[in-house]
Amino acid sequence: MSNVLIVVEAQPDGSLRKATLNALTAGAQIAAKTGGELHAVVLAKDAGPLANVVKDYGVKVVHAGSGAHLAQFTADAVAPAVAELAVAIKASYVGVAATQAGRDVMPRIAARLKAAMASEILSVVGSSAADLQFTRPMWAGAVIATVKLSTPIVCFSARTTEFPLAAQSGSGEVRAFTPAAPAKALQKVVSFKEVKSARPALTEARVVVSGGRGTKGDFKPIEGLADELGAAVGASRAVCDAGWQPNDLQVGQTGKVVAPQLYIAAGISGAIQHIAGMKGSKTIVAINKDGEAPIFQVADYGLVADLFKALPELQAAVKAAK
Amino acid sequence: MPIKILVTAKRVEDYESKIKVNAQGTGIVQEGLKYKINPFDEIGVEEALRLVAKHGGGEVVVASIGTKDVHEQLRHALAMGATKAIWVNHPGPLDQMTVAGCLQKLIEKEKPHLAILGKQSIDDDQNQVGQYLAEWLGWSQATFASKEESLESEAEKTKQPALKLSADLSTITVVREVDGGLETVECSMPCVVTTDLRLNQPRYASLPGIMKAKSKPIEEHTPASLGVDGASKIAVTKMELPPARKAGIKVPDVAALVDKLKTEAKAL
Repeated sequence: MSNVLIVVEAQPDGSLRKATLNALTAGAQIAAKTGGELHAVVLAKDAGPLANVVKDYGVKVVHAGSGAHLAQFTADAVAPAVAELAVAIKASYVGVAATQAGRDVMPRIAARLKAAMASEILSVVGSSAADLQFTRPMWAGAVIATVKLSTPIVCFSARTTEFPLAAQSGSGEVRAFTPAAPAKALQKVVSFKEVKSARPALTEARVVVSGGRGTKGDFKPIEGLADELGAAVGASRAVCDAGWQPNDLQVGQTGKVVAPQLYIAAGISGAIQHIAGMKGSKTIVAINKDGEAPIFQVADYGLVADLFKALPELQAAVKAAK
Repeated sequence: MPIKILVTAKRVEDYESKIKVNAQGTGIVQEGLKYKINPFDEIGVEEALRLVAKHGGGEVVVASIGTKDVHEQLRHALAMGATKAIWVNHPGPLDQMTVAGCLQKLIEKEKPHLAILGKQSIDDDQNQVGQYLAEWLGWSQATFASKEESLESEAEKTKQPALKLSADLSTITVVREVDGGLETVECSMPCVVTTDLRLNQPRYASLPGIMKAKSKPIEEHTPASLGVDGASKIAVTKMELPPARKAGIKVPDVAALVDKLKTEAKAL
């Protein structure tokens, strides 16, 4: 039996993060192929309420580990608790959503379990535990590799855009446990500077409007169109490096990976690392003055134009159509 | 108080290279590729140099694992100002557990206060080694280190370190890139820090630096001499190109774009 354990990212406000539902789908796919049970673990000061939400998403058991030392979702606190549980429930696979928190904690959990890990998996390949493999991106998504991990326990992080949200089904058991607190916390979060926005979150928006170097730092046309469309605003690496927009808005391999219904790239040339972050979008529109820009190679619809002229026109057209 | 910092210099394909998969689907086409130090590692070297400068001197030890070709990346870090270079001779392929295991042994020998690694290498993009290393050493970890100031700020121009060490070197304060904003963590030392893009802009090596780096000795080890199992636990069984998107079209104006988005893509 190859049980699967998915780590639920606890948020400061105690709510369920949507990305967890993507990871649960990846876990369910593995469990279906290996004949194992799907378990989840919530670690928090009081893990009960969130565990009660997670239990309805197709899991057999949700382990609710509570403790004062788990008030912050830090790697040094989370790793021992997850590793101990994984061994106790005979988990062969331990996974998480590839959010920043997931990327931070899962390798530390793997290290504790002496397990190899596949990061940012895109799909689960094979039909049984014996031939189970993962696909994952390398070289900023220029190559898709199929990998086989040979440690007794295998860890992974799942790219959220590649696995659908788990649906509510059945009702799993909530099992409380008390993770041992480490002798001393190695790290603590002292402050959080939130990027506040009235717009939808980048990774969850139906439409994303992104601006690049072509904006010269002036994001008014981007924001105007985004607001008309109810869209999220994104940015290229160059824009964030220059400090024109907060880092949190960067779309790309090393920033956010997005897959909205509609992605509008304005004044973005299309560096490979940017394309890796948005090429899963259903429809891609590129607006750029340079007709030779590589972004046009991935765009469904390309418009060679000055964004300062085209975006306000597009905004007006969208408004008129409402 | 002088500080000692261990940094890394993985040899990776230049990020501007066009990566192609070979006909057998077993690896990438090596021909015509240029190699560089992993850009995230280079940011780590830069940050270590700034910390040493700010704290009245110390040592920056740079390590790299691979064939003898990695001497090029070690010398790059020496030319930037690193004081000592260590090569772990490994023919590849490398997995993250082997790399973290070798770095753990080197750290136990060198006894630095702090290790600064790239958050990931831009070839296999795993983003794991720093966290494995921290766990196996029992150290704190601060991944995705960044800063609140932009790369065009005054602090950046004057090459101030973004990582803040307490005077007695007992704690380090790190601004991290997390979902939804920037988080500040305080970690007990020793600590493994992994760098994100906007921690700093690495310096260019000076000509005297490059000349001096050429004659510096490079200490040599192997995984076996360090007592590490060098066998990879991760086998890449296939490589392929991502599915290509269907060829798109150019539209003449905004009106045509809106029409296509409405009637064809049904995206509006």
